[in-house]
Amino acid sequence: MTVQGWMLILVFTLILVALAKPMGLWLFAIYEGRRTPLHTVLGPVERGFYKLAGVDPNAEQGWRRYALHMLAFQIATFAFTYFILRFQDLLPLNPRGLAGQSPDLAFNTAVSFVANTNWQSYSGETLSILSNMLGLAIHNFLSAATGIAIAFALFRGFARRQANGIGNFWADMTRVTLYVLLPICVVYATYLIASGVPQTFMTSVDATTLEGAKQTILMGPVASQEAIKMLGTNGGGFFNVNSAHPFENPSALTNFFQMLSILVIGVGLTYTFGKAVGNTRQGWAILAAMLTLFVAGTAVTYWQEAAGNPMLHQLGLAGGSMEGKEVRFGIAASALFSVVTTAASCGAVNAMHDSLTPLGGLIPLFNMQLGEVVIGGVGAGIYGFLLFAILAVFVAGLMVGRTPEYVGKKIESREVKLAVLAIAVLPLMILGCTALASVLPAGLAGPLNKGPHGFSEILYAFTSATANNGSAFAGLTANTPFYNGLLGVAMWIGRFFIIVPVLAIAGSLAAKKVHPESAGSFPTTGLLWIGLLVGIILVLGGLTFLPSLALGPIADHLAMIHGQLF
Amino acid sequence: MLKDFTTALRPAIVLTILFAALLGIAYPAALTGIGTVAFPHQAGGSLIVENGQVRGSELLGQNFAAPGYFHGRPSAAGADGNDPTASSGSNLGPTSQALHDRVAKDVAALRTTPGSSVPADLVTTSASGLDPEISPEAAFFQVERVAKARGVSGDKVRHIVETHVEQPLLGFLGERRVNVLALNRDLDKQAPQGAKAAE
Repeated sequence: MTVQGWMLILVFTLILVALAKPMGLWLFAIYEGRRTPLHTVLGPVERGFYKLAGVDPNAEQGWRRYALHMLAFQIATFAFTYFILRFQDLLPLNPRGLAGQSPDLAFNTAVSFVANTNWQSYSGETLSILSNMLGLAIHNFLSAATGIAIAFALFRGFARRQANGIGNFWADMTRVTLYVLLPICVVYATYLIASGVPQTFMTSVDATTLEGAKQTILMGPVASQEAIKMLGTNGGGFFNVNSAHPFENPSALTNFFQMLSILVIGVGLTYTFGKAVGNTRQGWAILAAMLTLFVAGTAVTYWQEAAGNPMLHQLGLAGGSMEGKEVRFGIAASALFSVVTTAASCGAVNAMHDSLTPLGGLIPLFNMQLGEVVIGGVGAGIYGFLLFAILAVFVAGLMVGRTPEYVGKKIESREVKLAVLAIAVLPLMILGCTALASVLPAGLAGPLNKGPHGFSEILYAFTSATANNGSAFAGLTANTPFYNGLLGVAMWIGRFFIIVPVLAIAGSLAAKKVHPESAGSFPTTGLLWIGLLVGIILVLGGLTFLPSLALGPIADHLAMIHGQLF
Repeated sequence: MLKDFTTALRPAIVLTILFAALLGIAYPAALTGIGTVAFPHQAGGSLIVENGQVRGSELLGQNFAAPGYFHGRPSAAGADGNDPTASSGSNLGPTSQALHDRVAKDVAALRTTPGSSVPADLVTTSASGLDPEISPEAAFFQVERVAKARGVSGDKVRHIVETHVEQPLLGFLGERRVNVLALNRDLDKQAPQGAKAAE
């Protein structure tokens, strides 16, 4: 580990905290449906969209209607993308004459992008320009906007008093897309182009190398997709190797901005939550708990990656683990990126996670298994975290023998049951599917690496899919009907079997009265609360997933330090 | 319940189409316009064009095998390496026998004296398979071989390498590094193969 490495981590974290308030205030204006300077330009677009779609943005929806309309939209966009991918060979903007995706692959890819996962069973190089732009990049906006909309709905549940409605899905989703995601992406993508990320409708150029060989250089509209891929915590790369590709992430500075853009909306939403419930300290307490877990995870991964692989040291290599890392990022920025991308539900990678050291790779895995609540994906991070907050006040309530309250709302049996239902999806799908794949021949055919690391590859895949992350231990051969199908189901359930209970909680909370804080209320802002939150998250996640981690990364680590190869 | 769903059909379908047009066509097209006008070189892949011929991209690694060139990192992209149509890492885990064997073989080929250490980035595959850079240590490690093949002094080659070492931005963003393609092009200009007389 170096001083520069720690400087990077420190400066990154400080800038992130500094961005929470401005980003949060902007999101709060959109949450409230306020007019912003951008409305002068984009207001007519918004109104035109509502008019053509027959939407009344002021019509309040109850949680059931909100959920059904949200689901209808997901199904429509899913079908749209499925057909584009399936038949890209018959559609325009396919100058390299690429074939359409197989049914199982198109299903997997379309679910993956609808569910904000961007798991890629295909390699980016096999998609036409049209498929990338029209089929995939639009989901990067819309699935992100959907996540934020759900978070807004839950915020309203906490903020409103005896109300029936939790907002209007169409208005939330449209406004977030137009006034948050699109404008930031235009500026961000322009910066990326200036830094060397291609943006062109040309697809390939043949070069003659210095030694006289032919090198076919692929490009395309990369920058426009790259910007929303990061900002919307989607993570689906234009190229197979994602943000490790010099065309996606050409320099240490673009890398720094990419990491910031993964987390900026997530940290902003903690502040927005505080504003929405009328006490910004509630938001800061959440952010503090998140950052505690974030910094701890980063420290472990950085320490392990910098320590390197003792077996390679014996062969005469000096220094940290550079297998699967790029020189321009080095150890520190690769370790930090791998924690950032799995803290959020992003899944972009700038280093190959499969080649991380065992414990260095355990942290990304564990981040996802905790439900990506360490800042988390856009919207998904904060609503996932609030589920844990509900459990935490419940536990605190049991200890002091009072009805638990959180930000003025009584937390009763209905909310706790729904929260448990949503959280139970993670172990059920992750461990269930991993177990299945570990015994079936079709599952065992997947891993590239042998021994415990092969098991880690399977575990990582289902963890990533269920948690809607999308990064991979990419040695796994996942483009088979078995993995495409099962991972597709895991992604869908991991997304919507959490969102629907969250909306139900929002509906149930919105209908309640607000109880003013009294001397008997458990304070949900101080250090005690932050400690309780971190404790609940770690205990729940640890108890659930430690056995599987012992079989994978921990066994792998013990093998590595004892010189055992597979 | 069913009524809720049917009322959602029109906005679901109409907004899918409208957003597809805005985000899937207008947005990338507008940025392509900005890129083409404001940053044509970068938007077009930072290509290196010499006498009308494309020699590569400033940002992508190339294969170098000749002793007179500096070599980049091992690459898992494509069968021969550094193939931009098949970007890939090795994906080998830390306890992989295959990784161990590969590194052992590469170390044996590079080592000048038994037991000496080898810069890690010279024997590990990059994440992308297209890494254009190596560490300064990995470049200095190759100076003697390159100088010998070109018939020039080691000091001269070392000096050229030094002018190509890039420092981290603000001291902490990124690593010290050398772009191999830029270095080799410069080498061809300043110390052409077999041009000992030029000393």
